[in-house]
Amino acid sequence: MLNRFMQSRLRGLMVLALILIIIPAFLSNPFHYELATQIAIIGATVVGLNLLVGFAGQISLGHAGFFGLGAYFTGIATGTYGWPSVPALLVGAIVVGIIAWVVGRPILRLKGHYLSMATLAVGFIIAIILNNERAITGGPDGMPVPAFEVFGWELSSFGTYSLFGLEISGVQAWYMFASGVLLLAVWFALNLIESPIGRALRSVHGSEVAASVVGVDTAKYKSLVFVISAIYASLMGGLYAHFQGFITPAVASFEFSILFITMVVLGGMGSTFGVILGAVVLKLLPQVLADFQELETVMFGLILMLTMIFMPKGLLPTLTAAVSKRLRKKTGGKA
Amino acid sequence: MTALVEVKGLDKAFGGVHAVEGVSFAVEAGQVYSVIGPNGAGKTTLFNLITGLYIPTKGEILLNGESTAKLEPNQLAERGMCRTFQQMQICMNMTAIENVMLGRHLQLKSSLFTTLFRLPALRRGEEAAYKRAADLMEYVGCGEYVGAEASAMSYGALKRLEVARALAAEPKVILLDEPAAGLNATETAALEDLIRKIADQGITVMLVEHDMKLVMGISDRLLVLNYGRVLAEGTPAEIRQNPDVIAAYLGG
Repeated sequence: MLNRFMQSRLRGLMVLALILIIIPAFLSNPFHYELATQIAIIGATVVGLNLLVGFAGQISLGHAGFFGLGAYFTGIATGTYGWPSVPALLVGAIVVGIIAWVVGRPILRLKGHYLSMATLAVGFIIAIILNNERAITGGPDGMPVPAFEVFGWELSSFGTYSLFGLEISGVQAWYMFASGVLLLAVWFALNLIESPIGRALRSVHGSEVAASVVGVDTAKYKSLVFVISAIYASLMGGLYAHFQGFITPAVASFEFSILFITMVVLGGMGSTFGVILGAVVLKLLPQVLADFQELETVMFGLILMLTMIFMPKGLLPTLTAAVSKRLRKKTGGKA
Repeated sequence: MTALVEVKGLDKAFGGVHAVEGVSFAVEAGQVYSVIGPNGAGKTTLFNLITGLYIPTKGEILLNGESTAKLEPNQLAERGMCRTFQQMQICMNMTAIENVMLGRHLQLKSSLFTTLFRLPALRRGEEAAYKRAADLMEYVGCGEYVGAEASAMSYGALKRLEVARALAAEPKVILLDEPAAGLNATETAALEDLIRKIADQGITVMLVEHDMKLVMGISDRLLVLNYGRVLAEGTPAEIRQNPDVIAAYLGG
């Protein structure tokens, strides 16, 4: 039983890896690669956010704030102060983690709508600071960010690289890098969920009193998962800044926060692979709907509404349930 | 010998209503101690006070001689107190066995680093916890649900699952809040056996229960509450002959 359990954990990760390998076959131009890379980076962000929202049951409507802080920390450290990328990303993650802990400790005492409002405010404050501190952040005009760089080796969207003698473009290299990061982010998330810490987190969602009477310090675990998800956002924000080469306070905006949370809810709260599907759908939908021109936003909203009405558990959980039901029928009750 | 759980002059008021008023008693280690009384007598309130979910208006609770006034429920769990609930508290977002493994929380200390990289130490701990939880599910009589989602379990099985989770924490004292409520006669008989088994292990059992036959059969001592006050306290034989109890509760 346990063996089957562990196998199924890694099976999902392998399927994801396979999909990430196959995807380039469908990508025909640099724009496609750019989109795929963005999806991978944002996908990893929502995998982190899902730990907080889907597993621990705490809402955050301000996560783009942490994403933006990570992006700006990386941009300023590498651009203005000439740090190498990896230390910039790591120190940024630590700083954002500390900020999340300091902020999270008091506001995670709140529940439901009150917590939504508090996290919303946190996001807004961060966005306002990024907008107003022109001297450091460039204000609403944004700031350029140097290419990702490790020990003098640069990863730029505009470069060309050779992989086993094969010549690949900068965006192709970025896609591979981002895919690796996504797989790592998923692996960490899966490891976290299937552990004593993960059970404690999920029990905070399932029943806080039950958790507390078996010895779970619920306040501590809420703060912990808030910090972890903020660190995910910060690291991905930093990578995003490097990839884009230019950032504006829009990366910390309310719209971005809502996009993240919608990806989680649409894809399937508490489903690590589901939220990645959510990121794919929400990033691709505007491209597909571009044909509708001025009706684009209306169609976008309509599709979201219908999905939530007919698939309240989210895309992936609903689809997998439907598939396994069908399989059961075919094999005569044995799946 | 000091009592394992000692309650002194306990008072809990919700607004103007005294749910529990001036209650004092002591539970010795190893006893099966039951709290009975009509609906609204303050039994569950008393349990919520003892397990730290409510803060007393007045009075004091001692666990192993230590005042619990400043302790959170999770700190009481660290000191060996665990409970089940009248309104079952099962994590429906987890599998049945994960609910029981949650009970091992205090025994499973793993660092974030060990967890993120799923190092062998964590895997060994998880395997041991899984095995232990499966054994406990067998022990309480819901072994057939080892591979099931919690949401797929019957009411009676969920009640036993809660007991398994509490036992997983290796408590010194376990508080069971109406474990027989909603169970049929066969299930109640099985529950009685289970409580005896738990007590025989040396775990102190505190019980809130309506089923008189069950309570009188397994309790070492009883506390009878009425309108938040202690009506009587003593052995089952004493309680049965107490005129106040007969008048107020047992009837004629």
